[in-house]
Amino acid sequence: MSLTERTAWELLTLQQRGEATALDITNAFLATIDRVEPQIQAFLHVDAEAARAQAQAVDAKRRAGQPLGALAGIPVAIKDILCTRGQPTTCASKMLQRFVPPYDAHVITLLKQADAILIGKTNLDEFAMGSSTENSAFQVTRNPWDTTRIPGGSSGGSAAAVAACEAPLSLGTDTGGSIRQPASLCGIVGLKPTYGRVSRFGLIAFASSLDQIGPFAHDVTDAALLLEVIAGHDPRDSTSADLPVPAYRQSLDTPLESLTIGVAREYFGEGLDAEVESAIREALRVYQSLGATIREISLPTSPYAIATYYLVATAEASSNLARYDGMHYGHRTSQKVGLIDTYCKSRSEGFGKEVQRRILLGTYALSEGYKDAYYTKALKVRRLIKNDFDAAFAQCDVVLGPTAPTPAFRLGEKTADPLAMYLSDIYTISCNLAGIAGISIPCGFTRSGLPIGMQLQGAPFAEEKLLRAARMFERATDWHPRRPKL
Amino acid sequence: MSEPYRYVVGLEVHVQLQTRTKLFCGCSTQFGLPPNTATCPVCCGMPGVLPVMNRQAFRLAMKAALALNCRIAPFTKWDRKNYYYPDLPKNYQISQYDLPFSSEGYLEIPTTNGPKKVGIIRAHLEEDAGKSMHDESGRGGESKVDLNRTGTPLVEIVSKPDINSPEEAGAYLRELRLMLRELGVSDCEMQEGSLRCDANINIHVWQPDGSYRATPITEVKNLNSIRSVEKAVKYEGDRQYQKFLQDGKTIKDEPKETRGWSDVQEKTYFLRRKETADDYRYFPEPDLVPVTVDAAWIAEIRAEMGELPAEQRKRLQQPPYALSAYDAGVLTSQGRALVAYFEQVYAGCNDAKAACNWVTNEVLATLNDRKISIADYPIPAANLAGLIVELQKSGLNKQRAREVYAFMLDQRTDAATAIQKLGFQAVTDETTLREIIRKAIAGNPKAVADFKKGKVKAADAIKGAVMRETKGLANTETVQTLLLQELAQE
Amino acid sequence: MSLTIADARKIAQLARLAPSDAELATFTPQLSAILDYVDQLRQLPTDGVEELAHPLPLRNVFRDDTLQPSLPVDEALANAPARTGDFYSVPAVLDAGSDESHA
Repeated sequence: MSLTERTAWELLTLQQRGEATALDITNAFLATIDRVEPQIQAFLHVDAEAARAQAQAVDAKRRAGQPLGALAGIPVAIKDILCTRGQPTTCASKMLQRFVPPYDAHVITLLKQADAILIGKTNLDEFAMGSSTENSAFQVTRNPWDTTRIPGGSSGGSAAAVAACEAPLSLGTDTGGSIRQPASLCGIVGLKPTYGRVSRFGLIAFASSLDQIGPFAHDVTDAALLLEVIAGHDPRDSTSADLPVPAYRQSLDTPLESLTIGVAREYFGEGLDAEVESAIREALRVYQSLGATIREISLPTSPYAIATYYLVATAEASSNLARYDGMHYGHRTSQKVGLIDTYCKSRSEGFGKEVQRRILLGTYALSEGYKDAYYTKALKVRRLIKNDFDAAFAQCDVVLGPTAPTPAFRLGEKTADPLAMYLSDIYTISCNLAGIAGISIPCGFTRSGLPIGMQLQGAPFAEEKLLRAARMFERATDWHPRRPKL
Repeated sequence: MSEPYRYVVGLEVHVQLQTRTKLFCGCSTQFGLPPNTATCPVCCGMPGVLPVMNRQAFRLAMKAALALNCRIAPFTKWDRKNYYYPDLPKNYQISQYDLPFSSEGYLEIPTTNGPKKVGIIRAHLEEDAGKSMHDESGRGGESKVDLNRTGTPLVEIVSKPDINSPEEAGAYLRELRLMLRELGVSDCEMQEGSLRCDANINIHVWQPDGSYRATPITEVKNLNSIRSVEKAVKYEGDRQYQKFLQDGKTIKDEPKETRGWSDVQEKTYFLRRKETADDYRYFPEPDLVPVTVDAAWIAEIRAEMGELPAEQRKRLQQPPYALSAYDAGVLTSQGRALVAYFEQVYAGCNDAKAACNWVTNEVLATLNDRKISIADYPIPAANLAGLIVELQKSGLNKQRAREVYAFMLDQRTDAATAIQKLGFQAVTDETTLREIIRKAIAGNPKAVADFKKGKVKAADAIKGAVMRETKGLANTETVQTLLLQELAQE
Repeated sequence: MSLTIADARKIAQLARLAPSDAELATFTPQLSAILDYVDQLRQLPTDGVEELAHPLPLRNVFRDDTLQPSLPVDEALANAPARTGDFYSVPAVLDAGSDESHA
């Protein structure tokens, strides 16, 4: 097995045993990037020299016997929506093509403190708006299992980078499924932590009350490892929870003594691919064989989640993205026109179509005369969605279902029909509206060899339980070690 | 009320809070720093940054609201007010919409007809914008933007339209400024923009049957001194009345109009008419969390507030001071420190009227001349009180009294020392006085004769001679008593 | 169609976007379809339901009034599309239009 096919915890062990250095590891991943990027196009920016320098610094520390961080010498790819000081941070938008933030996102600071190697910035749907990464202004990322297909989105670059073994770990952001859906479509693990678990400082906002940063990894252990590093309170984020971070890895391999799995009937309706459904049913049987209790539950408001989401998220986005106006940073039109025209032209030139569509929708949802019918109504339904989950978690430990209704679809398949694209987030969106935790883990492959993921959702701040439940399944199955041939 | 109409004025005041740092970041709020040197990613609205609220700003805002007798909401939140402006880098202002932290208060202002309560609709906490300067010399008109002020905490105080004259508008602002300064909420420097005022003005024109017609409302923006507010209100009253006489249009016929104020021409001028309401698309700020305020917190803030000007004004009119409304007003308007000084002077002399006269005349004149505050005033209150007591004892005339005061001020002595050094000791020794009186009687036979004939007033001439002889340093009452005794023995 | 081209143009103006006529002709039916879809929310009774704007019930998060270093002026202006001296340079604010003014 080559270095790049290994998990992060294996790579940590290899370094501890002196069987590989951080530089060996970094070079191996850089070589894979060189080899597969022409096909995959996961990265927007790779700074090989900087990565090697970081690796050498880690090796030097190790040689000197200095204490090393939890991710010493482990390359981590970063979704290009997380600010990196002195490095371009573009959100895959022409608007920010030349934007260089003078600050690091909180998670970046934590990764640096953990001695991780920041290997590059990954592609995404512009401003995280999309489910296929096709809304990037710069390039189209391919699914490593089938390069004619999308990797999912919006964190498609980060998911593809891990799946294609270009990095053992990566960070994504999840506003309506943008970590879990691409993880599912790329056959890896993706975790959306509880809202407030990870600081959003330096995460370029799409929808502030929904956005959350989370890890991509080959397996649950690696996801726990990365979560442990990035979770925790940050005084710079008023919405970050001041709660201790459990040692997620410690308990990970201890199976839960009693586990009740809720299965929501609403997650098995129309639009669910038959192969996906049978993989999920099979997963339930696996859990039963492990002694779990399966309980049918109902999330009665979940059919309204997409409508709710596309009002709440776009309303917030219309305001969050108002700052991109060509005045203080970002793209300014080259046309010499008056102030208002400068605003309008800079924004129309700088933003792609999907971003503009969502800004328009969100502006409408908040506008005089429509706010009550759209935005305010959506906030009320959001309450009902949260109530559904509160009721569910009174009856079960985790809610299990498909992550996405279908495996990866073909490039271009849904680009002309925004609504069809939105519907691919049907199972992941409620989790963000309710602010709970969700994880997608591999649970099978289609006959044509496309990965299938299942989603486990847990109560707020119950990541420890969620990870243990996920790990129980992982130990009993062998989907997670599979790697695409590239 | 000589005017054929009544003014109806509501004021919207923005006050910069006296914090060290901005509302949502640690940048300085200091006035006058070089452009764009007090900014950071947060106040520049850079991508991905988040606001965290300054506790001191919230406390100061609460203090202002409590002083304005407002109800403090147990639960308050912030909202985004969305509009595009180049000195508002996020293109939304973090403000408060439907749940302001305080509402329903009043400010009591002194008027010629006694205290008057002006209602406060609400006071809320929000962030300031930066500054845009239009550069005429630029390439076909560019503006320069300085974001130093961006994110400075403001409390917006909206009054009810309870203000009925230009003078009341001025009194409202002076009272507000005095109170907020005394509380340490704001320095209220209007020329530095830390107190800004917009005025909503219309008039009620009296009709022969006793009813009235309300004219269309105008909002006069960016008034930068209390005098300009007073003048703008007056100007708008005249203008709206003349306009009403010409076109008869009322509030129902025309939408609200926004006007500017020219300090040079002393006129308001048309800016724009609001045909439709602005669509600010308010919604809850998702990057901040709500604030809840309990009774204990309110009590804690209240305990820090001390006496407010209106309370002080009332107290000074009651025993033991029993000052006139005018005197109480003058003292209060100078701030708590001066009132405290006055109270110390009173404590040492037990004569409120004299203490007040000395403080509001000589002391204030000295402070103004020397451009110092009462904290740097050289005469301790006990010494000024001592001066008052000495004067009562000795009956020194005003001219002499001023000389003593000037000596105390310059030489930093107490009153007794000053009087002694100046040789102003009163002649109080009875034997000496009787001798001088006898001499005066001997020297004024005509006056003595007149007195004997029953012309009581004739004694004054003798008394005058005594006072001349004593250089005015004898107590007139003692002289009078002794003189009458001596005359009786003649 | 729940949205007209004129409606869409008005929203675009509010959002400071300038879609071309052709773009508006594409956006309008797309937005209409989404609005028709979200109209399903009307079927759901929500009388008396409290709005949920934020998933976490956090309260009273403050920072101390302590000075933190500001950016050096060159770093603050490093991303500015245009700069005049130590100021951001923007098109004349006089053109801001009738609905633009600070409150």
